[in-house]
Amino acid sequence: MADYRWPEAGKRSLIGKRISRLDGPVKSSGRVKYTYDVDRPNMLYGKMVLSPYAQATIKSIDTTAAEKMPGVKAVQVMREPGTEILWAGQEVVAVAAETEEQARDAARRVVVNYEKLPHLVRDVEPAKAGDRAKPAAEQTEGDPDKAFQEAEVTVEGQYGCSVITHCCLEAHGQATEWEGDNLTVWASTQNVSGIGGEFATGLKIPAGNVRTLTPVMGGGFGSKFGADTWGVACAQLAKKAGRPVKMMLERDHELMVAGARPSIHAKVRVGAQKDGTITAWSSESWGTGGMGTGGSPRLPYVFRIPNQRKRHTAVLTNIGPVRAWRAPNHPQLCLITMAALEDLAAKLGIDPVEMFLKNIGMTGELSKVYAAELQKAAELIEWQKKWHPRGDKAPGVIKRGLGISLHTWGGGGHPSNCACAIHPDGSVEVSLGSQDLGTGTRTVIAIIAAETLGLPLEAVKVNIGDSHYPQSGGSGGSTTVGGVSASTRRATTNALNELLAKMAPSLGVENDQLEAVGGRIQVKGNPSKGMSWKQACAKLGTTPINATGQTSITTPTGPSARDLISSGVGGVQMAEVAVDIETGVVKLEKLVAVQDCGLIIDLKTAESQVYGGCIMGVCYALYEEKIMDEQTGRCLNPDMEFYKLAGIADIGELVVHMMTGPGYDERGVIGLGEPPVISSGALTPDKVLAALEKGGAA
Amino acid sequence: MPKRPKSPESDHPKVKGGPEESGRKQAGLGRRDFVKLVGGTGVAVTAGVLTKEALLPAESNAQAAAGRRGIGPGPVNITLRVNGEDKDVAVEPRVTLLDVLRDRLHLTGAKKVCDRGTCGACTVIVSGKAIYSCTMLAIDAANSSADILTIEGLAPEGQLHAVSAAFVDNDAQQCGFCTPGFVMACKAYLDAQPNPTYEQVKAALGGNLCRCGTYVGVRKAVLDAAMRMKGGRS
Repeated sequence: MADYRWPEAGKRSLIGKRISRLDGPVKSSGRVKYTYDVDRPNMLYGKMVLSPYAQATIKSIDTTAAEKMPGVKAVQVMREPGTEILWAGQEVVAVAAETEEQARDAARRVVVNYEKLPHLVRDVEPAKAGDRAKPAAEQTEGDPDKAFQEAEVTVEGQYGCSVITHCCLEAHGQATEWEGDNLTVWASTQNVSGIGGEFATGLKIPAGNVRTLTPVMGGGFGSKFGADTWGVACAQLAKKAGRPVKMMLERDHELMVAGARPSIHAKVRVGAQKDGTITAWSSESWGTGGMGTGGSPRLPYVFRIPNQRKRHTAVLTNIGPVRAWRAPNHPQLCLITMAALEDLAAKLGIDPVEMFLKNIGMTGELSKVYAAELQKAAELIEWQKKWHPRGDKAPGVIKRGLGISLHTWGGGGHPSNCACAIHPDGSVEVSLGSQDLGTGTRTVIAIIAAETLGLPLEAVKVNIGDSHYPQSGGSGGSTTVGGVSASTRRATTNALNELLAKMAPSLGVENDQLEAVGGRIQVKGNPSKGMSWKQACAKLGTTPINATGQTSITTPTGPSARDLISSGVGGVQMAEVAVDIETGVVKLEKLVAVQDCGLIIDLKTAESQVYGGCIMGVCYALYEEKIMDEQTGRCLNPDMEFYKLAGIADIGELVVHMMTGPGYDERGVIGLGEPPVISSGALTPDKVLAALEKGGAA
Repeated sequence: MPKRPKSPESDHPKVKGGPEESGRKQAGLGRRDFVKLVGGTGVAVTAGVLTKEALLPAESNAQAAAGRRGIGPGPVNITLRVNGEDKDVAVEPRVTLLDVLRDRLHLTGAKKVCDRGTCGACTVIVSGKAIYSCTMLAIDAANSSADILTIEGLAPEGQLHAVSAAFVDNDAQQCGFCTPGFVMACKAYLDAQPNPTYEQVKAALGGNLCRCGTYVGVRKAVLDAAMRMKGGRS
């Protein structure tokens, strides 16, 4: 049985170092082709006709005028008369024409008649939602009634998060091209290996007939896993026209339908002893995830308060389809919980760091990690020096407050297969049907392969972004780095072992006496006895080595990958926020993020993930909201002028500290996509409140 | 809701506002001129209203335009000077410079993201000034004095311009879709302000948006690029 374990700290030449992402140069020089940039010979452009109504029945569709428009080559009805529309922006017809302008003109000539039906687009309280309110069963733990009776202090409040969108800069979409019954799809997807099956189902062709290509993609954040209605329609247009078709969503369409994060609001009551021990939680929560009910959100977050009563009601609305949004549900639950607990600390007159530490046992097995991270974060933001009870007594209109938040995420590894080829000329290829969303997946794969084979980074060619490569999971839930790290480590170890087995006899030693280090195959402890990598590979003659490696588990408790990856991280963030009490403008002055993620493969891209998560958190805390109009049922801000993202000047000082080294490294690789975005959004609203209260009300 | 503050130092195109802030007057037709030309708001633009002569100098008016040979709505032959080369294309007058660059000239470095002059992903440099190419009509750029620089023109394929290299080394990109726009905005900014302070850099490039959250890297990259450009390492 091969030993796949990660090399010890002293023996790592690449793992854990700061390495620039490999696709950086082709991106920053504008040369790499994203799906949106695909340009096939004779390609047509697709545009769609969207429902203006949030809920309606399609009565009739007339495409005759559109078909006669200049440049039009195909028209595809996406939803037949008689079907129901459930959100404004839902697709009805697609057209393909020679130019984008012609396609847009033709789409305007399609005549659709609707029977308009009543809609609801606001996440109103359940009592006002009528039969659209879908209560879930009450959940209790311990004895909340008794605990609240005995509590020395209770605090009540209402907190919540609005619906936001993904707003990927590369819109959803694809280019499709047929060759007989075989379809090639250039898709902006997080799911290279899996998306083909959805196209095949929609088009009624065998899954093996679809090839998906995604060398790079411009952001997904959880919204780009499926073929989507527009993907299938694009392929249908291409089939009808007998020409390739590219159909990317326009920005308004993207913001209306291509992904929303559910809202959650909650009326919360927390009980505690005077010494700060938290004893009871109750929450009545509601929110909307479009027309789906989802499950009950797991409140309270991180802190397992012993006595709880929770009721949740889903409100069905016509806001558009919900999609997984980076760390699904965690940001909303984090905000609600942290805000309530900070209100509790304020009422108790206790420093919240002190109160969090007092109750840290309720965080379970990560409590030691959280305690260490709280201490580090407090040091980096100078908590002792800057913290003050609520109400900034400083003169002037700018009031400041500190905030604190804890988060957690699982991770683990998705199923992943990696093929490693060592060629007789010494070149190396590792191939996976995976994708790099901008997280650095390509770079991580190269680092692991090069480390394993004792080669420089540039000696390894990484093949990803093509469904013809071995199946690898979709990139969701921070499972990619775990999945591809384990499969790549195994494939490259297996390939190396084959090579060493072939070299051993000529060096007169057993296989396990050989190592690959610094571009050489050599005898352990006797570096002079060996040969260069190239010389060794030349001995393969004409037959390359082809080895595979697999990550076959999805949970960390599975036996097969426990030596390489695990799951379950903590993370603590603290922020200093300033509020101008005359204008209401809130500024993030400083944010400190302390994050663990097991063994770090590339420190540079790992830190970037955390910076990015923090900024995204600040975006939804201070700037973002999908605003719906109750009268028309439409989104009022489906453009980037009014759907606000933070700009560079909105972001204050960010400090990222990765918990790494002994105590962390031996846990193996754990994903980092979701964790850092969770707390950042919870750091501001309660801070604003804190600053405005008392001293703020000048 | 707070607005994104605009840095006074930022050498950014303010194309989304009126002609006063568009910086386009010298290059063609401002919005106000356009409104005058078609006789006020709410008037449909139809064939014969726009003339080629009217499109070039900003002082054109409806009277001058009347009765002249019209262009559009069909394709018009224009010549764009892009990355030092003249490119002949036939485009409808309504087509933006961005769409011509991407769909006709296959220069896809400039990205189409908001398509409404907000996000900066389509930034190119026209006659030394960073502009949002989604808010400029191609016919407005069809002016022999309009020298259009796209990211493909910064360095030959396979080589990295100092700004692009600084973005790589400082990991100022993740998905990379906003990056070419940032690189071009940075280039124009540093051409105008070769010695920025960190305080200035904190707010510079305020006309570009990133969804992955790379602003920390971008700030470092701008300072790094300034040093590289001064050091002649480009």
